[in-house]
Amino acid sequence: MVPLSWYLILSAILFALGVSAFLLKRNIITIFMSIELMLNAVNLSFVAFANYWNQHGSKLALSGQVFVFFVMVVAAAEAAVGLAIIIAVFRTRETLNVDRVNLLKL
Amino acid sequence: MLHQVLFIVFGLICVAGAINLLAQRHPINSALSLVVVMGSLSLIYLLLGAEFVAAVQIIVYAGAIMVLFVFVIMLLNAGAEERTRGSRIALLLGGPGVAVLTGLIVWTMVRNSQQFGGVLIGNMVQSGTDNTHSIAELLFRDFLLPFEVTSVLILIAIMGAVVLAGKKEA
Repeated sequence: MVPLSWYLILSAILFALGVSAFLLKRNIITIFMSIELMLNAVNLSFVAFANYWNQHGSKLALSGQVFVFFVMVVAAAEAAVGLAIIIAVFRTRETLNVDRVNLLKL
Repeated sequence: MLHQVLFIVFGLICVAGAINLLAQRHPINSALSLVVVMGSLSLIYLLLGAEFVAAVQIIVYAGAIMVLFVFVIMLLNAGAEERTRGSRIALLLGGPGVAVLTGLIVWTMVRNSQQFGGVLIGNMVQSGTDNTHSIAELLFRDFLLPFEVTSVLILIAIMGAVVLAGKKEA
């Protein structure tokens, strides 16, 4: 039996690493990947809490897992649109460095 | 005991993959370490008794989404990233901030860990039905409207991706 707090700590560490990668990385694709890492960290705490409430006999305990399902669906849609935007940005700017994409106007 | 060992092993693999994502300079290496993180997360979901979520994690995240990422990295021929002044400022200010925030969360969790209780291995099986069956009942009964709305969302995302990435007619 593992304490629930271990799962939450793992989730917090993964989320923090995602935030640091988001802040430190300069490549727009890697920044996008760190967003996926943060979503994964949040999913982990959803599943851990679903398990916790299931033990306490809550009828809606599995709704935590359904929520993770919805997060995954939204992440898939977001990845498709985001990568299309990255391709469009690369076509006009010829760079993936976010420091060089700092003007709205070309 | 076995549960703890498995949790520690896969948790360490997870954190190592995330650190590698941060440390690598080439996007393809970051993408592959993100696949490692997602794979070991799905094993942690199995420990939590969430078989359906573990399978979907492998199929959708480690499969579909990461293939999309790798495909775009290859397509745009992304090279190693360059360090700039902006990233140094972010390192100086953001690094300690994130470390303090994480330390605070971990400290709070450790301090209150008695009130949280524990997690038992694979206890999502309820009275003869399996995890996937229970999720299906919940998804197609209580969450039917959100489920249908997500299908519209995906349709819009497909159209948006085609419009954004499609060739412009001059």
